[in-house]
Amino acid sequence: MEFGDILLAVAIMLGKSLLMLVALLIFIAYALYADRKVWAAVQLRRGPNVVGPWGLLQSFADLLKFVLKEPVIPAPANKGMFLLAPLVMCTLALAAWAVIPLNAGWAIADINVGVLYIFAISSLGVYGVIMGGWASNSKYPFLGALRSAAQMVSYEVSIGFVIVTVLMCAGTLNLSKIVEAQDSSLGILGWYWLPLFPMFVVFFISALAETNRPPFDLPEAESELVAGYMVEYSSTPYLLFMLGEYVAIMTMCALGTILFLGGWLSPIPFAPFTWVPGVIWFVLKASFLFILIAMVKALVPRYRYDQLMRLGWKVFLPLSLAMVVVVAAVLMATGNAPGVR
Amino acid sequence: MTVTAAFFYLFATITIASGFMVIASRNPVQSVLFLILAFVNAAGLFLMMGAEFLAMILVIVYVGAVAVLFLFVVMMLDVDFAALRQGFLQYLPIGGLIGAIFLLELILVVGAYAIDPGLVRSPAVPIPAPDVMTNTEALGQVLYTRYFYFFQAAGLILLVAMIGAIVLTLRERVGVRRQDISKQNARTQETAVEVRKVPFRQGI
Repeated sequence: MEFGDILLAVAIMLGKSLLMLVALLIFIAYALYADRKVWAAVQLRRGPNVVGPWGLLQSFADLLKFVLKEPVIPAPANKGMFLLAPLVMCTLALAAWAVIPLNAGWAIADINVGVLYIFAISSLGVYGVIMGGWASNSKYPFLGALRSAAQMVSYEVSIGFVIVTVLMCAGTLNLSKIVEAQDSSLGILGWYWLPLFPMFVVFFISALAETNRPPFDLPEAESELVAGYMVEYSSTPYLLFMLGEYVAIMTMCALGTILFLGGWLSPIPFAPFTWVPGVIWFVLKASFLFILIAMVKALVPRYRYDQLMRLGWKVFLPLSLAMVVVVAAVLMATGNAPGVR
Repeated sequence: MTVTAAFFYLFATITIASGFMVIASRNPVQSVLFLILAFVNAAGLFLMMGAEFLAMILVIVYVGAVAVLFLFVVMMLDVDFAALRQGFLQYLPIGGLIGAIFLLELILVVGAYAIDPGLVRSPAVPIPAPDVMTNTEALGQVLYTRYFYFFQAAGLILLVAMIGAIVLTLRERVGVRRQDISKQNARTQETAVEVRKVPFRQGI
Protein backbone atom coordinates (compact mmCIF):
# COMPACT_ATOMS: atom_id res chain seq x y z
CA MET A 1 0.00 0.00 0.00
CA GLU A 2 1.18 3.50 -0.81
CA PHE A 3 2.01 5.81 2.06
CA GLY A 4 -0.65 8.26 0.88
CA ASP A 5 -3.31 5.54 0.97
CA ILE A 6 -2.41 4.67 4.53
CA LEU A 7 -2.60 8.31 5.52
CA LEU A 8 -5.99 8.67 3.85
CA ALA A 9 -7.32 5.54 5.57
CA VAL A 10 -6.13 6.83 8.95
CA ALA A 11 -7.71 10.25 8.26
CA ILE A 12 -11.05 8.68 7.31
CA MET A 13 -10.97 6.50 10.42
CA LEU A 14 -10.17 9.53 12.61
CA GLY A 15 -13.00 11.50 11.01
CA LYS A 16 -15.50 8.70 11.61
CA SER A 17 -14.39 8.27 15.21
CA LEU A 18 -14.60 12.00 15.87
CA LEU A 19 -18.08 12.20 14.38
CA MET A 20 -19.26 9.24 16.46
CA LEU A 21 -17.67 10.71 19.61
CA VAL A 22 -19.24 14.15 19.20
CA ALA A 23 -22.68 12.73 18.37
CA LEU A 24 -22.45 10.33 21.32
CA LEU A 25 -21.37 13.01 23.80
CA ILE A 26 -24.11 15.42 22.74
CA PHE A 27 -26.64 12.60 22.98
CA ILE A 28 -25.35 11.78 26.46
CA ALA A 29 -25.63 15.41 27.53
CA TYR A 30 -29.35 15.19 26.73
CA ALA A 31 -29.65 11.69 28.18
CA LEU A 32 -28.38 13.15 31.47
CA TYR A 33 -30.96 15.91 31.21
CA ALA A 34 -33.68 13.35 30.43
CA ASP A 35 -32.53 11.24 33.38
CA ARG A 36 -32.96 14.18 35.76
CA LYS A 37 -36.28 15.23 34.18
CA VAL A 38 -37.74 11.72 34.50
CA TRP A 39 -36.52 11.49 38.07
CA ALA A 40 -38.06 14.87 38.83
CA ALA A 41 -41.37 14.03 37.13
CA VAL A 42 -41.75 10.85 39.19
CA GLN A 43 -41.22 12.90 42.35
CA LEU A 44 -43.57 15.70 41.17
CA ARG A 45 -40.72 18.21 40.86
CA ARG A 46 -39.78 20.34 37.87
CA GLY A 47 -36.20 19.21 37.48
CA PRO A 48 -33.58 21.38 35.75
CA ASN A 49 -35.46 24.31 34.16
CA VAL A 50 -33.27 27.40 34.55
CA VAL A 51 -30.37 27.18 32.09
CA GLY A 52 -31.67 27.74 28.56
CA PRO A 53 -35.26 27.13 27.42
CA TRP A 54 -36.80 24.39 29.63
CA GLY A 55 -33.34 23.84 31.11
CA LEU A 56 -32.07 22.32 27.86
CA LEU A 57 -28.55 23.69 28.35
CA GLN A 58 -28.24 22.38 31.92
CA SER A 59 -25.74 19.63 31.04
CA PHE A 60 -23.43 22.11 29.31
CA ALA A 61 -23.55 24.46 32.29
CA ASP A 62 -22.64 21.51 34.51
CA LEU A 63 -19.78 20.65 32.20
CA LEU A 64 -18.36 24.17 32.42
CA LYS A 65 -18.72 24.14 36.18
CA PHE A 66 -16.88 20.83 36.54
CA VAL A 67 -14.06 21.89 34.26
CA LEU A 68 -13.55 25.31 35.88
CA LYS A 69 -13.40 24.05 39.46
CA GLU A 70 -10.15 23.22 41.20
CA PRO A 71 -9.24 19.52 41.26
CA VAL A 72 -8.32 18.49 44.79
CA ILE A 73 -5.87 15.64 45.17
CA PRO A 74 -5.62 14.27 48.73
CA ALA A 75 -2.10 14.29 50.17
CA PRO A 76 -1.87 10.52 50.96
CA ALA A 77 -3.27 9.54 47.53
CA ASN A 78 -1.21 7.73 44.95
CA LYS A 79 -1.16 10.70 42.59
CA GLY A 80 -0.49 9.04 39.25
CA MET A 81 -3.03 6.29 39.70
CA PHE A 82 -5.53 8.71 41.25
CA LEU A 83 -5.59 10.70 38.01
CA LEU A 84 -5.26 7.64 35.76
CA ALA A 85 -8.40 5.94 37.13
CA PRO A 86 -11.05 8.35 35.73
CA LEU A 87 -9.21 8.45 32.41
CA VAL A 88 -9.24 4.65 32.21
CA MET A 89 -12.94 4.54 33.04
CA CYS A 90 -13.93 7.17 30.47
CA THR A 91 -11.64 5.99 27.66
CA LEU A 92 -12.68 2.36 27.97
CA ALA A 93 -16.37 3.26 28.04
CA LEU A 94 -15.97 5.33 24.87
CA ALA A 95 -13.87 2.62 23.17
CA ALA A 96 -16.82 0.22 23.21
CA TRP A 97 -18.65 2.42 20.69
CA ALA A 98 -16.13 1.59 17.97
CA VAL A 99 -18.02 -1.58 17.04
CA ILE A 100 -21.65 -0.56 17.55
CA PRO A 101 -23.55 -0.50 14.23
CA LEU A 102 -26.00 2.43 14.25
CA ASN A 103 -27.32 1.44 10.83
CA ALA A 104 -26.54 -1.19 8.20
CA GLY A 105 -22.77 -0.81 7.68
CA TRP A 106 -22.45 2.22 9.96
CA ALA A 107 -20.07 0.69 12.49
CA ILE A 108 -16.60 2.27 12.68
CA ALA A 109 -15.10 -1.23 12.92
CA ASP A 110 -17.37 -4.05 11.78
CA ILE A 111 -15.40 -6.88 13.40
CA ASN A 112 -16.36 -10.54 13.57
CA VAL A 113 -16.16 -10.75 17.35
CA GLY A 114 -18.06 -7.52 18.08
CA VAL A 115 -20.04 -8.98 20.96
CA LEU A 116 -16.91 -10.32 22.63
CA TYR A 117 -15.20 -6.95 22.15
CA ILE A 118 -18.00 -5.09 23.94
CA PHE A 119 -18.06 -7.73 26.65
CA ALA A 120 -14.28 -7.42 27.11
CA ILE A 121 -14.38 -3.63 27.23
CA SER A 122 -17.26 -3.52 29.71
CA SER A 123 -15.46 -6.02 31.94
CA LEU A 124 -12.44 -3.71 31.91
CA GLY A 125 -14.57 -0.85 33.24
CA VAL A 126 -14.21 -2.23 36.74
CA TYR A 127 -10.53 -1.22 36.77
CA GLY A 128 -11.35 2.47 36.76
CA VAL A 129 -13.44 1.96 39.88
CA ILE A 130 -10.90 -0.25 41.66
CA MET A 131 -7.93 1.97 40.82
CA GLY A 132 -9.81 5.09 41.88
CA GLY A 133 -10.89 3.50 45.16
CA TRP A 134 -7.46 2.18 45.97
CA ALA A 135 -5.48 5.25 44.91
CA SER A 136 -7.62 7.57 47.05
CA ASN A 137 -6.08 5.88 50.08
CA SER A 138 -9.05 6.34 52.35
CA LYS A 139 -11.70 4.09 53.87
CA TYR A 140 -14.92 4.78 52.00
CA PRO A 141 -13.47 4.78 48.48
CA PHE A 142 -11.68 1.52 49.27
CA LEU A 143 -14.88 -0.14 50.50
CA GLY A 144 -16.70 1.14 47.42
CA ALA A 145 -13.98 -0.29 45.16
CA LEU A 146 -14.16 -3.71 46.82
CA ARG A 147 -17.92 -3.79 46.50
CA SER A 148 -17.88 -2.84 42.86
CA ALA A 149 -15.20 -5.41 42.03
CA ALA A 150 -17.34 -8.21 43.47
CA GLN A 151 -20.55 -6.82 42.00
CA MET A 152 -19.38 -6.29 38.43
CA VAL A 153 -17.62 -9.65 38.22
CA SER A 154 -20.76 -11.41 39.49
CA TYR A 155 -23.16 -9.84 37.04
CA GLU A 156 -20.82 -10.27 34.08
CA VAL A 157 -21.39 -14.01 34.43
CA SER A 158 -25.13 -13.77 33.91
CA ILE A 159 -24.78 -11.16 31.15
CA GLY A 160 -22.38 -13.58 29.46
CA PHE A 161 -24.94 -16.38 29.49
CA VAL A 162 -27.70 -14.07 28.24
CA ILE A 163 -25.48 -13.07 25.33
CA VAL A 164 -24.77 -16.76 24.64
CA THR A 165 -28.50 -17.49 24.23
CA VAL A 166 -28.83 -14.67 21.69
CA LEU A 167 -25.70 -15.82 19.87
CA MET A 168 -27.11 -19.34 19.58
CA CYS A 169 -30.23 -17.97 17.91
CA ALA A 170 -28.29 -15.65 15.60
CA GLY A 171 -25.37 -17.98 14.90
CA THR A 172 -22.79 -15.19 14.73
CA LEU A 173 -20.68 -12.92 16.94
CA ASN A 174 -20.86 -10.00 14.52
CA LEU A 175 -23.19 -7.27 15.81
CA SER A 176 -24.46 -6.28 12.34
CA LYS A 177 -25.25 -9.89 11.49
CA ILE A 178 -27.08 -10.35 14.79
CA VAL A 179 -29.36 -7.49 13.76
CA GLU A 180 -29.77 -8.95 10.27
CA ALA A 181 -30.69 -12.32 11.79
CA GLN A 182 -33.70 -10.61 13.43
CA ASP A 183 -34.91 -9.20 10.12
CA SER A 184 -38.13 -11.00 9.20
CA SER A 185 -41.59 -10.29 7.82
CA LEU A 186 -42.93 -10.25 11.40
CA GLY A 187 -41.28 -6.94 12.25
CA ILE A 188 -41.31 -6.21 15.96
CA LEU A 189 -42.63 -9.71 16.75
CA GLY A 190 -39.64 -11.30 15.04
CA TRP A 191 -37.02 -9.66 17.27
CA TYR A 192 -35.40 -11.66 20.02
CA TRP A 193 -37.11 -9.87 22.91
CA LEU A 194 -40.24 -11.99 22.40
CA PRO A 195 -38.89 -15.57 22.22
CA LEU A 196 -36.14 -14.76 24.75
CA PHE A 197 -38.23 -12.54 27.00
CA PRO A 198 -36.89 -13.93 30.34
CA MET A 199 -33.36 -13.35 29.09
CA PHE A 200 -34.27 -9.77 28.09
CA VAL A 201 -35.39 -9.11 31.67
CA VAL A 202 -32.25 -10.72 33.10
CA PHE A 203 -30.12 -8.67 30.69
CA PHE A 204 -31.84 -5.43 31.67
CA ILE A 205 -31.40 -6.02 35.41
CA SER A 206 -27.82 -7.25 35.01
CA ALA A 207 -27.06 -4.18 32.91
CA LEU A 208 -28.23 -2.01 35.81
CA ALA A 209 -25.90 -3.89 38.16
CA GLU A 210 -23.01 -3.87 35.70
CA THR A 211 -23.16 -0.09 35.28
CA ASN A 212 -23.69 0.64 39.00
CA ARG A 213 -27.09 2.18 38.38
CA PRO A 214 -29.71 2.37 41.11
CA PRO A 215 -31.07 0.12 42.62
CA PHE A 216 -27.62 -1.53 42.49
CA ASP A 217 -25.47 1.56 43.08
CA LEU A 218 -23.81 -0.03 46.10
CA PRO A 219 -20.26 1.11 45.14
CA GLU A 220 -21.37 4.70 45.65
CA ALA A 221 -24.17 4.24 48.16
CA GLU A 222 -24.35 7.67 49.78
CA SER A 223 -26.21 6.45 52.84
CA GLU A 224 -23.35 4.12 53.80
CA LEU A 225 -20.21 5.11 51.92
CA VAL A 226 -20.66 8.90 51.44
CA ALA A 227 -20.07 8.57 47.67
CA GLY A 228 -18.14 5.29 47.51
CA TYR A 229 -15.13 5.25 45.21
CA MET A 230 -15.78 8.85 44.12
CA VAL A 231 -15.50 10.45 47.59
CA GLU A 232 -12.11 12.05 47.01
CA TYR A 233 -12.76 13.13 43.43
CA SER A 234 -13.69 16.61 42.39
CA SER A 235 -13.76 18.76 39.27
CA THR A 236 -12.65 17.22 35.94
CA PRO A 237 -11.61 13.80 37.29
CA TYR A 238 -15.09 13.45 38.80
CA LEU A 239 -16.61 14.59 35.50
CA LEU A 240 -14.69 11.84 33.70
CA PHE A 241 -15.98 9.22 36.16
CA MET A 242 -19.56 10.37 35.73
CA LEU A 243 -19.22 10.62 31.97
CA GLY A 244 -17.71 7.13 31.85
CA GLU A 245 -20.62 5.81 33.85
CA TYR A 246 -23.21 7.35 31.54
CA VAL A 247 -21.36 6.21 28.41
CA ALA A 248 -21.34 2.68 29.86
CA ILE A 249 -25.09 2.94 30.45
CA MET A 250 -25.64 4.05 26.85
CA THR A 251 -23.44 1.16 25.68
CA MET A 252 -25.68 -1.25 27.56
CA CYS A 253 -28.77 0.40 26.00
CA ALA A 254 -27.21 0.05 22.55
CA LEU A 255 -26.26 -3.56 23.23
CA GLY A 256 -29.79 -4.32 24.43
CA THR A 257 -31.13 -2.67 21.26
CA ILE A 258 -28.89 -4.77 19.04
CA LEU A 259 -29.37 -8.08 20.85
CA PHE A 260 -33.08 -7.93 21.63
CA LEU A 261 -34.77 -5.00 19.86
CA GLY A 262 -33.60 -5.52 16.30
CA GLY A 263 -31.02 -2.70 16.09
CA TRP A 264 -31.79 -0.39 13.18
CA LEU A 265 -34.73 -2.44 11.85
CA SER A 266 -38.15 -0.86 11.54
CA PRO A 267 -40.72 -2.33 13.94
CA ILE A 268 -43.38 -2.47 11.23
CA PRO A 269 -41.83 -4.02 8.12
CA PHE A 270 -43.67 -2.20 5.29
CA ALA A 271 -43.47 0.91 3.19
CA PRO A 272 -43.86 4.19 5.10
CA PHE A 273 -41.96 2.87 8.11
CA THR A 274 -39.09 1.28 6.22
CA TRP A 275 -38.36 4.67 4.59
CA VAL A 276 -37.32 6.07 7.97
CA PRO A 277 -33.51 5.91 8.24
CA GLY A 278 -32.35 3.01 10.42
CA VAL A 279 -30.30 5.24 12.69
CA ILE A 280 -33.52 6.97 13.86
CA TRP A 281 -35.05 3.64 14.86
CA PHE A 282 -31.81 2.74 16.63
CA VAL A 283 -31.74 5.98 18.62
CA LEU A 284 -35.45 5.66 19.47
CA LYS A 285 -34.98 2.12 20.78
CA ALA A 286 -31.86 2.97 22.76
CA SER A 287 -33.67 6.00 24.23
CA PHE A 288 -36.60 3.77 25.20
CA LEU A 289 -34.23 1.50 27.14
CA PHE A 290 -32.60 4.55 28.72
CA ILE A 291 -35.96 5.93 29.86
CA LEU A 292 -36.69 2.54 31.43
CA ILE A 293 -33.38 2.70 33.28
CA ALA A 294 -34.15 6.26 34.41
CA MET A 295 -37.58 5.15 35.67
CA VAL A 296 -36.00 2.30 37.65
CA LYS A 297 -33.74 4.83 39.36
CA ALA A 298 -36.74 6.84 40.43
CA LEU A 299 -38.98 3.95 41.44
CA VAL A 300 -36.93 1.21 43.10
CA PRO A 301 -35.18 1.49 46.48
CA ARG A 302 -31.53 0.45 46.79
CA TYR A 303 -30.76 -3.22 47.33
CA ARG A 304 -28.88 -4.52 50.34
CA TYR A 305 -25.47 -5.92 49.41
CA ASP A 306 -26.17 -9.55 50.38
CA GLN A 307 -29.45 -9.43 48.45
CA LEU A 308 -27.55 -8.17 45.42
CA MET A 309 -25.15 -11.09 45.60
CA ARG A 310 -27.99 -13.54 46.14
CA LEU A 311 -29.82 -12.22 43.09
CA GLY A 312 -26.70 -12.49 40.93
CA TRP A 313 -25.43 -15.90 41.96
CA LYS A 314 -28.49 -17.79 43.18
CA VAL A 315 -31.22 -16.48 40.88
CA PHE A 316 -29.78 -15.11 37.64
CA LEU A 317 -26.90 -17.54 37.19
CA PRO A 318 -28.99 -20.76 37.44
CA LEU A 319 -31.80 -19.18 35.43
CA SER A 320 -29.59 -18.03 32.57
CA LEU A 321 -27.62 -21.30 32.60
CA ALA A 322 -30.88 -23.26 32.37
CA MET A 323 -32.05 -21.01 29.54
CA VAL A 324 -28.85 -21.69 27.58
CA VAL A 325 -29.64 -25.41 27.76
CA VAL A 326 -33.34 -24.91 26.96
CA VAL A 327 -32.69 -22.59 24.02
CA ALA A 328 -30.04 -24.94 22.61
CA ALA A 329 -32.38 -27.92 22.98
CA VAL A 330 -35.31 -26.12 21.33
CA LEU A 331 -33.15 -24.91 18.45
CA MET A 332 -31.79 -28.39 17.81
CA ALA A 333 -35.19 -30.11 18.19
CA THR A 334 -36.94 -27.76 15.76
CA GLY A 335 -34.00 -27.76 13.36
CA ASN A 336 -33.63 -23.99 13.53
CA ALA A 337 -30.08 -23.92 14.85
CA PRO A 338 -28.00 -21.72 12.52
CA GLY A 339 -24.79 -23.15 11.13
CA VAL A 340 -25.47 -26.78 12.11
CA ARG A 341 -24.72 -29.19 9.32
CA MET B 1 4.06 -4.22 5.93
CA THR B 2 6.10 -1.62 7.75
CA VAL B 3 3.01 -0.50 9.66
CA THR B 4 2.36 -4.08 10.77
CA ALA B 5 5.96 -4.50 11.82
CA ALA B 6 5.90 -1.22 13.75
CA PHE B 7 2.78 -2.31 15.64
CA PHE B 8 4.29 -5.72 16.33
CA TYR B 9 7.39 -4.19 17.88
CA LEU B 10 5.27 -1.70 19.83
CA PHE B 11 3.11 -4.44 21.37
CA ALA B 12 6.04 -6.80 21.91
CA THR B 13 8.16 -4.12 23.61
CA ILE B 14 5.36 -3.06 25.93
CA THR B 15 4.55 -6.70 26.78
CA ILE B 16 8.13 -7.47 27.73
CA ALA B 17 8.68 -4.19 29.54
CA SER B 18 5.50 -4.55 31.59
CA GLY B 19 6.37 -8.21 32.25
CA PHE B 20 9.63 -7.00 33.71
CA MET B 21 7.87 -4.31 35.73
CA VAL B 22 5.59 -6.97 37.25
CA ILE B 23 8.54 -8.37 39.17
CA ALA B 24 10.47 -5.12 39.50
CA SER B 25 7.86 -2.70 40.86
CA ARG B 26 7.85 -2.15 44.61
CA ASN B 27 4.13 -1.88 45.07
CA PRO B 28 2.17 -5.15 44.62
CA VAL B 29 -0.89 -3.32 43.29
CA GLN B 30 1.27 -1.73 40.62
CA SER B 31 2.64 -5.19 39.81
CA VAL B 32 -0.85 -6.47 39.12
CA LEU B 33 -1.64 -3.43 36.98
CA PHE B 34 1.51 -4.04 34.92
CA LEU B 35 0.42 -7.67 34.57
CA ILE B 36 -2.86 -6.39 33.12
CA LEU B 37 -0.95 -4.18 30.69
CA ALA B 38 1.05 -7.24 29.63
CA PHE B 39 -2.17 -9.23 29.04
CA VAL B 40 -3.75 -6.46 26.98
CA ASN B 41 -0.67 -6.15 24.79
CA ALA B 42 -0.52 -9.91 24.36
CA ALA B 43 -4.12 -9.68 23.17
CA GLY B 44 -2.93 -7.05 20.68
CA LEU B 45 -0.29 -9.50 19.41
CA PHE B 46 -2.99 -12.20 19.01
CA LEU B 47 -5.08 -9.74 17.00
CA MET B 48 -2.17 -9.05 14.68
CA MET B 49 -1.92 -12.78 13.97
CA GLY B 50 -5.62 -12.83 13.07
CA ALA B 51 -6.60 -14.79 16.18
CA GLU B 52 -9.38 -12.38 17.12
CA PHE B 53 -11.34 -14.88 19.22
CA LEU B 54 -8.30 -15.77 21.36
CA ALA B 55 -7.47 -12.08 21.80
CA MET B 56 -10.94 -11.23 23.09
CA ILE B 57 -11.10 -14.30 25.34
CA LEU B 58 -7.70 -13.38 26.77
CA VAL B 59 -9.02 -9.95 27.69
CA ILE B 60 -12.35 -11.23 29.04
CA VAL B 61 -10.98 -14.10 31.10
CA TYR B 62 -7.57 -12.93 32.25
CA VAL B 63 -8.02 -9.19 32.44
CA GLY B 64 -11.73 -9.06 33.19
CA ALA B 65 -11.92 -11.81 35.79
CA VAL B 66 -8.62 -13.37 36.91
CA ALA B 67 -6.68 -10.12 37.31
CA VAL B 68 -9.62 -8.49 39.11
CA LEU B 69 -9.43 -11.27 41.69
CA PHE B 70 -5.63 -10.87 41.93
CA LEU B 71 -6.07 -7.16 42.51
CA PHE B 72 -8.81 -7.86 45.03
CA VAL B 73 -6.58 -10.20 47.04
CA VAL B 74 -3.49 -8.01 46.79
CA MET B 75 -5.40 -4.93 47.96
CA MET B 76 -6.92 -6.84 50.88
CA LEU B 77 -3.72 -8.50 52.04
CA ASP B 78 -1.48 -6.38 54.17
CA VAL B 79 1.80 -7.87 53.00
CA ASP B 80 4.99 -6.15 54.08
CA PHE B 81 6.96 -6.41 50.87
CA ALA B 82 9.99 -4.66 52.31
CA ALA B 83 10.36 -7.55 54.76
CA LEU B 84 9.94 -10.08 51.97
CA ARG B 85 12.85 -8.52 50.10
CA GLN B 86 15.23 -8.91 53.07
CA GLY B 87 16.74 -12.21 51.96
CA PHE B 88 17.09 -11.22 48.32
CA LEU B 89 20.84 -11.78 48.03
CA GLN B 90 20.62 -15.01 50.00
CA TYR B 91 18.17 -16.53 47.51
CA LEU B 92 19.74 -14.97 44.42
CA PRO B 93 22.03 -17.94 43.49
CA ILE B 94 19.32 -20.59 43.60
CA GLY B 95 16.80 -18.32 41.89
CA GLY B 96 19.33 -17.50 39.20
CA LEU B 97 20.08 -21.19 38.73
CA ILE B 98 16.40 -22.05 38.23
CA GLY B 99 16.04 -19.12 35.84
CA ALA B 100 19.08 -20.25 33.84
CA ILE B 101 17.79 -23.83 33.57
CA PHE B 102 14.41 -22.58 32.43
CA LEU B 103 15.98 -20.27 29.84
CA LEU B 104 18.15 -23.14 28.54
CA GLU B 105 15.11 -25.40 28.20
CA LEU B 106 13.21 -22.69 26.37
CA ILE B 107 16.08 -22.14 23.94
CA LEU B 108 16.36 -25.90 23.33
CA VAL B 109 12.62 -26.26 22.70
CA VAL B 110 12.14 -23.15 20.58
CA GLY B 111 15.43 -23.64 18.70
CA ALA B 112 14.41 -27.12 17.52
CA TYR B 113 10.79 -26.12 16.84
CA ALA B 114 9.43 -26.81 13.41
CA ILE B 115 5.96 -27.66 12.14
CA ASP B 116 5.84 -31.35 11.20
CA PRO B 117 6.14 -31.37 7.38
CA GLY B 118 3.71 -34.31 7.20
CA LEU B 119 1.09 -32.20 8.96
CA VAL B 120 1.48 -29.33 6.52
CA ARG B 121 1.28 -31.60 3.48
CA SER B 122 -1.88 -33.51 4.45
CA PRO B 123 -3.71 -31.94 7.37
CA ALA B 124 -6.32 -34.18 8.98
CA VAL B 125 -8.80 -31.33 8.91
CA PRO B 126 -8.47 -29.13 5.81
CA ILE B 127 -7.64 -25.55 6.76
CA PRO B 128 -10.34 -23.25 5.35
CA ALA B 129 -9.56 -19.80 4.01
CA PRO B 130 -10.15 -16.96 6.53
CA ASP B 131 -12.93 -15.41 4.44
CA VAL B 132 -14.90 -18.66 4.28
CA MET B 133 -14.96 -19.37 7.98
CA THR B 134 -14.45 -16.99 10.91
CA ASN B 135 -11.92 -18.18 13.40
CA THR B 136 -14.54 -18.52 16.15
CA GLU B 137 -16.40 -20.99 13.96
CA ALA B 138 -13.22 -22.84 13.02
CA LEU B 139 -12.21 -23.21 16.69
CA GLY B 140 -15.68 -24.52 17.55
CA GLN B 141 -15.59 -27.04 14.71
CA VAL B 142 -12.28 -28.44 15.91
CA LEU B 143 -12.99 -28.31 19.65
CA TYR B 144 -16.33 -30.06 19.46
CA THR B 145 -15.37 -32.77 16.99
CA ARG B 146 -11.73 -33.76 16.88
CA TYR B 147 -10.74 -32.70 20.41
CA PHE B 148 -14.11 -33.30 22.04
CA TYR B 149 -12.86 -35.66 24.79
CA PHE B 150 -9.92 -33.43 25.71
CA PHE B 151 -12.25 -30.47 25.86
CA GLN B 152 -14.67 -32.32 28.14
CA ALA B 153 -11.79 -33.55 30.31
CA ALA B 154 -10.53 -29.98 30.72
CA GLY B 155 -14.04 -28.93 31.75
CA LEU B 156 -14.23 -31.75 34.31
CA ILE B 157 -10.85 -30.81 35.78
CA LEU B 158 -12.05 -27.22 36.19
CA LEU B 159 -15.25 -28.47 37.84
CA VAL B 160 -13.27 -30.61 40.30
CA ALA B 161 -10.99 -27.66 41.10
CA MET B 162 -14.01 -25.45 41.69
CA ILE B 163 -15.69 -27.96 43.98
CA GLY B 164 -12.36 -28.41 45.79
CA ALA B 165 -12.11 -24.66 46.40
CA ILE B 166 -15.67 -24.58 47.75
CA VAL B 167 -15.06 -27.59 50.04
CA LEU B 168 -11.85 -26.04 51.38
CA THR B 169 -13.44 -22.72 52.27
CA LEU B 170 -16.89 -23.87 53.36
CA ARG B 171 -17.42 -23.79 57.09
CA GLU B 172 -20.63 -24.84 58.70
CA ARG B 173 -21.55 -22.59 61.59
CA VAL B 174 -24.22 -23.57 64.04
CA GLY B 175 -26.77 -21.19 65.47
CA VAL B 176 -26.74 -18.77 62.56
CA ARG B 177 -30.10 -17.30 61.67
CA ARG B 178 -30.26 -17.27 57.90
CA GLN B 179 -32.60 -15.24 55.79
CA ASP B 180 -35.02 -17.50 53.94
CA ILE B 181 -36.41 -15.40 51.11
CA SER B 182 -39.13 -17.86 50.07
CA LYS B 183 -40.36 -18.11 53.65
CA GLN B 184 -40.47 -14.32 53.89
CA ASN B 185 -42.35 -14.04 50.63
CA ALA B 186 -44.85 -16.65 51.78
CA ARG B 187 -45.90 -14.51 54.75
CA THR B 188 -49.30 -12.92 54.50
CA GLN B 189 -51.03 -10.34 56.59
CA GLU B 190 -52.67 -13.08 58.67
CA THR B 191 -49.40 -14.81 59.57
CA ALA B 192 -47.34 -11.67 60.02
CA VAL B 193 -49.55 -9.21 61.87
CA GLU B 194 -51.46 -9.80 65.04
CA VAL B 195 -54.01 -7.25 66.14
CA ARG B 196 -54.70 -7.22 69.85
CA LYS B 197 -56.93 -5.15 71.99
CA VAL B 198 -54.72 -3.88 74.81
CA PRO B 199 -56.52 -3.59 78.17
CA PHE B 200 -56.10 -0.15 79.67
CA ARG B 201 -53.19 0.13 82.15
CA GLN B 202 -52.28 -3.55 81.88
CA GLY B 203 -50.34 -3.91 78.71
CA ILE B 204 -49.96 -7.20 76.92
